[in-house]
Amino acid sequence: MIPELGNFLLIMAFINAIFLGVLSFVGAHYEHQGLMRFTKRSAISIFLLILASFICLTVSFINNDFSVAYVANHSNSQLPIYYRISAVWGAHEGSLLLWVLILAGWMAAVAVFSKALPKPLVSRVLGVMGFIAVGFIAFTLFTSNPFERVLPFIPIDGADLNPLLQDFGLIVHPPMLYMGYVGFAVVFAFAIAGLLEGELDNQWARWSRPWTTVAWIFLSLGIALGSWWAYYELGWGGWWFWDPVENASFMPWLAGTALIHSLAATEKRGVFKSWTVLLAILTFSLSLLGTFLVRSGVLTSVHSFANDPVRGRFILVFLGIVVGASLLIFAIQSSKIRSKSNFGIFSREAALLFNNALLAVVTFMVLLGTLHPLIQEAFTGGKSSVGPPYFNLMFSIFMIPILILMPIGQQINWKQEPIKPLLTKYWIWALGSILLGFAIVMMMGEVAPMAFVGTALGLWVAAGCAKYILGQTSKSDSFSSGLKKISLSYWGMIVAHLGVAITVLGVVLTSYYSVEKNIKIHQGETVQVEDLNVEFYDFNNLEGPNYISSAGSFRIYMDGKLLADLHPEKRKYHASSMVMTEADINAGLFRDIYVVMGEPLDDGAWAVSVHYKAFVRWIWLGALVMALGGLLAVSDKRYRQRKRERKNAKKNGADKNTANSDSLGADSE
Amino acid sequence: MKHFFAALMLAISFQVMAVIETYEFETEAQEQLYTEIIHELRCPKCQNQTIAESNAGLSEDLRYIVYQKVSAGEEKRDILAYMQQRYGDFVLYDPPVKPSNYFLWFAPIFVFIIILIAVLARVGRRKVTPDSSDDTEEL
Repeated sequence: MIPELGNFLLIMAFINAIFLGVLSFVGAHYEHQGLMRFTKRSAISIFLLILASFICLTVSFINNDFSVAYVANHSNSQLPIYYRISAVWGAHEGSLLLWVLILAGWMAAVAVFSKALPKPLVSRVLGVMGFIAVGFIAFTLFTSNPFERVLPFIPIDGADLNPLLQDFGLIVHPPMLYMGYVGFAVVFAFAIAGLLEGELDNQWARWSRPWTTVAWIFLSLGIALGSWWAYYELGWGGWWFWDPVENASFMPWLAGTALIHSLAATEKRGVFKSWTVLLAILTFSLSLLGTFLVRSGVLTSVHSFANDPVRGRFILVFLGIVVGASLLIFAIQSSKIRSKSNFGIFSREAALLFNNALLAVVTFMVLLGTLHPLIQEAFTGGKSSVGPPYFNLMFSIFMIPILILMPIGQQINWKQEPIKPLLTKYWIWALGSILLGFAIVMMMGEVAPMAFVGTALGLWVAAGCAKYILGQTSKSDSFSSGLKKISLSYWGMIVAHLGVAITVLGVVLTSYYSVEKNIKIHQGETVQVEDLNVEFYDFNNLEGPNYISSAGSFRIYMDGKLLADLHPEKRKYHASSMVMTEADINAGLFRDIYVVMGEPLDDGAWAVSVHYKAFVRWIWLGALVMALGGLLAVSDKRYRQRKRERKNAKKNGADKNTANSDSLGADSE
Repeated sequence: MKHFFAALMLAISFQVMAVIETYEFETEAQEQLYTEIIHELRCPKCQNQTIAESNAGLSEDLRYIVYQKVSAGEEKRDILAYMQQRYGDFVLYDPPVKPSNYFLWFAPIFVFIIILIAVLARVGRRKVTPDSSDDTEEL
């Protein structure tokens, strides 16, 4: 009964979304108050319907209702309750439902939080999102329905959730990632609505900015979580592989990062309007493309896609409609957009332009590298691969100029600034970064040229943040009063850029100064791995709720001092009889020690892998700091002040001074 | 993350065991070369895995071949060429620079140069007018 109810609620949401998609535009066009009110209510009710439907599926999982095919295939009665709940989004059908739920959540958020915006604009924004919802609910209902039953032969027990996904990582990673992915639908809808109205002024950019930033925060966290999960769960010590599915989430992130920057220029200076709108369209299109890539099976092989084409074709057609229609609207309406552009080559506008050019090219490069094997296979039938060596090289080529420009770009004036006096203020910081970078690389060991370049660049970006803070506080009486004068959105920029510096340092130092060694070790033996002494002191067979496990115990010493006591396991899951290695990690700010159990060897020894990962935490720490920066930027009070000001402005008739009040408030990145 | 997605989205099940082999090398340089090479070769029958992380029997064999060749003192280039000859471009994660890959290798840089020229031509030549009143407040 419950699955049918869930299905019914989803159908209700579908019908509701169709009404929303159509009536919102009618309402906006005639400025019909009733219809525009309906639009908001409809958006909220769609969210509630899908939420209820999602809860129905969750209940089916909790109750072990194996008559539902999706539950039977992805759960098991032995599965602990928290994994039974997270198993809801553990495979295709359920994760689509989560996708739709999150889209509806964003829709409801727009409906609730945009009271200050003109009603026709909100209606159009919700209408565009309603259309997207129609497409994805239809996709869920007609090609991937999670509520389908297996009748009359109900399985006695489920096939179990993939053991890989029985982890904290699964509980949090997909929701985060989808929040980001789907969140770009909001700025996309704003762009389309703005284009339809033919009015893309600074206000439009100001309204779009917080939504973009919030989506970007989630996406940053989602990607970082995925990378961290891969690191600790897979036992290969890697954290990024440039796999197409990773790239699928990274491309919207890159485009979204570019979008955040160009929105800043559009809002503050009225420049790059067309480009910003185009970028908003492209960012969400890349989200959809990512969905297509991971959903359609096209990645396994072009041929396997062709063999079972229903799902893939559906998304491809939908992607074509969305991208095609939005580009058409852009082509027709973009002539109405008037950008001011009054700036010289040495100005913040130009710096942001370079930032966008570089990020756009990086996005293009990742797209090209991801699709190239698919295109080649489709046209020539030849199989080829593009992997980390290509991406790492190309990514570095374009990241180096971005990092070099970052400290200057964040401080240069709008419009125009003489370059020489500006650069003279920087040379001491540049020199400091180079010297300190060299010292760090020397300390870490072998001096590799690229390790040095990367470290110096990371420090240079951090130095830029420090210089900025010092520059601002020196204008004030005291350091603390100076700090208070920096607006939250500026803090957001500085913190986010500091996050970039941290991630860069983490990536570079991990790549060059980590040690990975496979050793053969008997119980009771101590083996030396570089500076570490590894002692294998105990071995046990354990039993978990749905697996059995061989667990080793290791003590790691350095210079006679105990660093870590680690218990890696090797598990065999009952239901799927899959074997998984569970690495044990001693995490530290400057290094991780990571031990993985391998195979028992013939003579009773074990093959064990020992990793020493320098600065690996910094990669994810940096992402957290970037997200924190985003959070600071959106909590700037000017976004909320606007509302009050607009209300007051309405009351007092036209109030021309409102524009001045936020001039100090800022221009963040 | 890719295994995550593979498991999550493509519903492919596979064994997830770290590959741990204990080959012994004469020199540290050889060991490093071995590690480098197995991380650049793609397992011919897996879903986007290097032979370094794949448990497939074929990958095991390929690692052994790489081990033998490295121990025999062969160059990286020769070992990669050997693999390419047998399994095609598919095994090379580092796509060779050849006509069918020119677009892959050079298009990004080409696109960037075009953008750069366009930007410089437009921004560089333009005269910046003195501040009008509505601009100053933003500085």
